[in-house]
Amino acid sequence: MYAQMVKSEASQDDPEKLAGFQARIDAGEKIEPKDWMPEGYRKTLIRQIGQHAHSEIVGQLPEGNWITRAPTLERKAILLAKVQDEAGHGLYLYCAAETLGVSRDELTEMLLDGRMKYSSIFNYPTLTWADMGAVGWLVDGAAIMNQVPLQRTSYGPYSRAMIRICKEESFHQRQGYHIMMKMAQGTPAQKKMAQDALNRFWYPSLMMFGPSDKDSVHSAQSMKWKIKMNTNDELRQKFVDQTVPQAEFLGLTVPDDTLRWNEEKSGYDFAEPDWSEFFDVIQGNGPCNTERLAARNKAWDDGAWVREGLMAHAAKKRAAKLAAE
Amino acid sequence: MSQEWPLWEVFIRGQHGLNHRHVGSLHAPDAEMAIKNARDVYTRRNEGVSIWVVEAQHITASSPSDKGPLYEPSESKVYRHPTFFDIPDEAGHM
Repeated sequence: MYAQMVKSEASQDDPEKLAGFQARIDAGEKIEPKDWMPEGYRKTLIRQIGQHAHSEIVGQLPEGNWITRAPTLERKAILLAKVQDEAGHGLYLYCAAETLGVSRDELTEMLLDGRMKYSSIFNYPTLTWADMGAVGWLVDGAAIMNQVPLQRTSYGPYSRAMIRICKEESFHQRQGYHIMMKMAQGTPAQKKMAQDALNRFWYPSLMMFGPSDKDSVHSAQSMKWKIKMNTNDELRQKFVDQTVPQAEFLGLTVPDDTLRWNEEKSGYDFAEPDWSEFFDVIQGNGPCNTERLAARNKAWDDGAWVREGLMAHAAKKRAAKLAAE
Repeated sequence: MSQEWPLWEVFIRGQHGLNHRHVGSLHAPDAEMAIKNARDVYTRRNEGVSIWVVEAQHITASSPSDKGPLYEPSESKVYRHPTFFDIPDEAGHM
């Protein structure tokens, strides 16, 4: 998802405290920042929420790429609002992570030097305007699949951030699908562009849910702690079942020859993405990894004088106020 | 490494007549910028008519382990609730 392959940490804590903690979670209680929590829970959450936050921030880049080239002023304003929302979502999540005892600057630095990851999906390029449609429809659609259950996660600040995000995310998916509708009903060239966007984003979207359950080693502990609510395969299946009819409505073809409705499981059978590609992208070898990290590093470096200047200004104002008193 | 902007807690009055409610936090160099950032981060969809910000370090919170002793006095005084008193229906609306 926006957080993929989050390594869960084993806990070395007092078994009695651990049992009490698990009992609170099983009873559906929310864990709040000042409550006792196992070290593993804290570390896993920092990694997961941090990765999610980084994804929101890096996720602005592929869409930001099209703001100046949107086809109409209205589409431009909508895209700008969506990208601004992504920044907001990143900020909600960073704040949630900070309640676990990591600082904002530490999180940023870990993204910038590659110690922390962001979702593999944002390492793919956005080549045409139709990609803005496909990203909203598929990428935000896949994100919603995961974020809706996470509203019930056990960690209070994370749950509250998810609730805010989910309220705003539906607009993102619908504006994307709306772009796809326009393109699919447009000229043959526009329809072709829409089909091409679906072709390129289909498998990378399926990868967003992370590796297959049989290869997903970190799920069990995280599910016990309710920081992961569904398995990767469950969510992927749900996403395919929801998305295929939407593609049919558009008159577009999902790029999977093996796609069949399976009456028995009342869901689609579909082809798995190329997992070697997924691991390659995660390792830093996707089409845009270098460009994305370079853009984030440049923004951080170029913004340093603003951050420092505003702090200096605030200190000066404080001093002047003290002197006047 | 430069100094990190301080953390502010944000409280928003959703509608006239309601209390300000904690909605989240953010970083800003000073109170004025914190209000501006809060406007952008927490009221993009008409969520508020008034914003309060307070630097997080100025908030004192009760500790979760105090839960028992801190709230015990209210738990033992059931007579503070109107339902404690049985008043016959004949007495009329009260």
